[in-house]
Amino acid sequence: MLSSLARRFWTDSQDAYTILWADLLILKSRSGRYLLTTLISPLLYLVAFGWGLGRGMSVNGTSYLEFVVPGIIALTAMTASFNGAGTRLNVDRLYFRSFDECLMAPISLLSLLLGKALIGVVRGFISSLAFIAVSLLLSPGFHVGPLFLIELLLTCLVFSFLGVLAALLAKTHQDLATFSSLILLPMTFLGGTFFSLNQVPLGLKMALYALPLTHSSICLRAAAIGQPIPWESFLALAAFLLMFSLGSMAVLRKMSV
Amino acid sequence: MTCSPMILIDGLTKEYWRNNVVSGLSLEVEKGELFGFLGPNGAGKTTTIRILTTLTKPTSGKVFINGFDVTHDPAAVKSQFGIVQQHMSLNRDLSVRENLEFHARLHHLSPQVRRERINELLEYVELTEHADHLIDKLSGGLKRRTMIARSMLHRPRLLFLDEPTVGLDAQARRRVWDLIRRMKADGSTVFLTTHYIEEAEALCDRVGIIHRGRLIALGTPLQLRQRLGMITVEIQGPGNGTDYRFFPDREKAAGFIRSLYGEEKVHMRESNLEDVFVELTGQKVLD
Repeated sequence: MLSSLARRFWTDSQDAYTILWADLLILKSRSGRYLLTTLISPLLYLVAFGWGLGRGMSVNGTSYLEFVVPGIIALTAMTASFNGAGTRLNVDRLYFRSFDECLMAPISLLSLLLGKALIGVVRGFISSLAFIAVSLLLSPGFHVGPLFLIELLLTCLVFSFLGVLAALLAKTHQDLATFSSLILLPMTFLGGTFFSLNQVPLGLKMALYALPLTHSSICLRAAAIGQPIPWESFLALAAFLLMFSLGSMAVLRKMSV
Repeated sequence: MTCSPMILIDGLTKEYWRNNVVSGLSLEVEKGELFGFLGPNGAGKTTTIRILTTLTKPTSGKVFINGFDVTHDPAAVKSQFGIVQQHMSLNRDLSVRENLEFHARLHHLSPQVRRERINELLEYVELTEHADHLIDKLSGGLKRRTMIARSMLHRPRLLFLDEPTVGLDAQARRRVWDLIRRMKADGSTVFLTTHYIEEAEALCDRVGIIHRGRLIALGTPLQLRQRLGMITVEIQGPGNGTDYRFFPDREKAAGFIRSLYGEEKVHMRESNLEDVFVELTGQKVLD
């Protein structure tokens, strides 16, 4: 029983890696361009909000630059993971129509789902680490320890699975763009990235807690300035991960026999 | 299990929005057979193939591939077949070799077997010199040959070829025909859908004609033509329409022509599958 479970786990892991492998090949062939383009938007946010608007400001006793950098890292992880998994899957499903090849292969749906989400995690992690490297030069005051990296990984997983879910539900390329405009864009500016939630009215604050990016920002910010782990936000992120992954699996099951 | 047909379809129905796309389809395809599935666009061919290849759930009916139930044992079914889909389904950001490598990994071939089979199949479809080219840089014919190589990589017992020559020029089409003949000669069962009548006549052992989701004829191309009449007489009257009459032999057809008044243009020829189709459905295959 145990050995059959172990064998199943090994096969599923191998199959998930196979799915990831094809996407990694594509990423590798465009790595230079990818790194360059992925850094543009967070650097612009950093310059505009960190240096421009926030110069001389402080939030909760820390400089605005130190406050905003973890938020921009969360934002970078969100965008890169969502697009890395969602856009890739959307292209495979609706443009190349090569996703059927995976559905007809003798692999489990779990491997397929995991493999498709992992490319988002890889892209999210690469983009975030590249931005962290640049940020450390500009704002050397924050800590990137194991807890920070675990929370970053959790953030990447949450938004990769959200990307997979959105791409599986999309019927056209436009659907994914619409999803980004309606969900990701508001989250970018309202998810506790650029301002403290203590500054907004209670009703709005409660509504903003419904956004996963808010909890990513809270977790990463706490880890970056050496505060204890905010368990409520950490568990909220875990709950979002569970919700998006189960949702993706349900849609995938509906697609396949 | 060894005696079961390669494909067994029993009372298959697929309903979309209360509209039967496939309706009570029953069919058997034997091992080693090259079976042609003919029909106009929208007849239900692709839906049937999607059900046979585990991509779509049937509304009712039973489907078995090499003895495995498509609905209850899709995992076993998936390793039985290879498919060349009607649309290009290659990853265009990868090269020919990378696409094949991906498929081989999905089918759990070991690294050494992968290497050997990929090289062997690249030669088989004459793509060795294009192996490292990106799919986007290939012509339609080369892409189609890549898909054929991919479908054969895990040595499936059954190959689904869904309109494998659509959009190809005559030369590329003939090349694909040669490959299909080789597949059959190598012992594979081939399930071919096409709306090119001459393709079905040139390649298939047996042909099934599907129209509005129903199987309306089944037999060898010769049997179907014999049922209709081996000789066709086309009669073009003073108006624009052409009338068709079918006769078992040339003698009877000539007798009929002699009985005409002589004002019509008349052409006598051998019947073909298209005549069978038009006669059965009142519709051209390409409609």
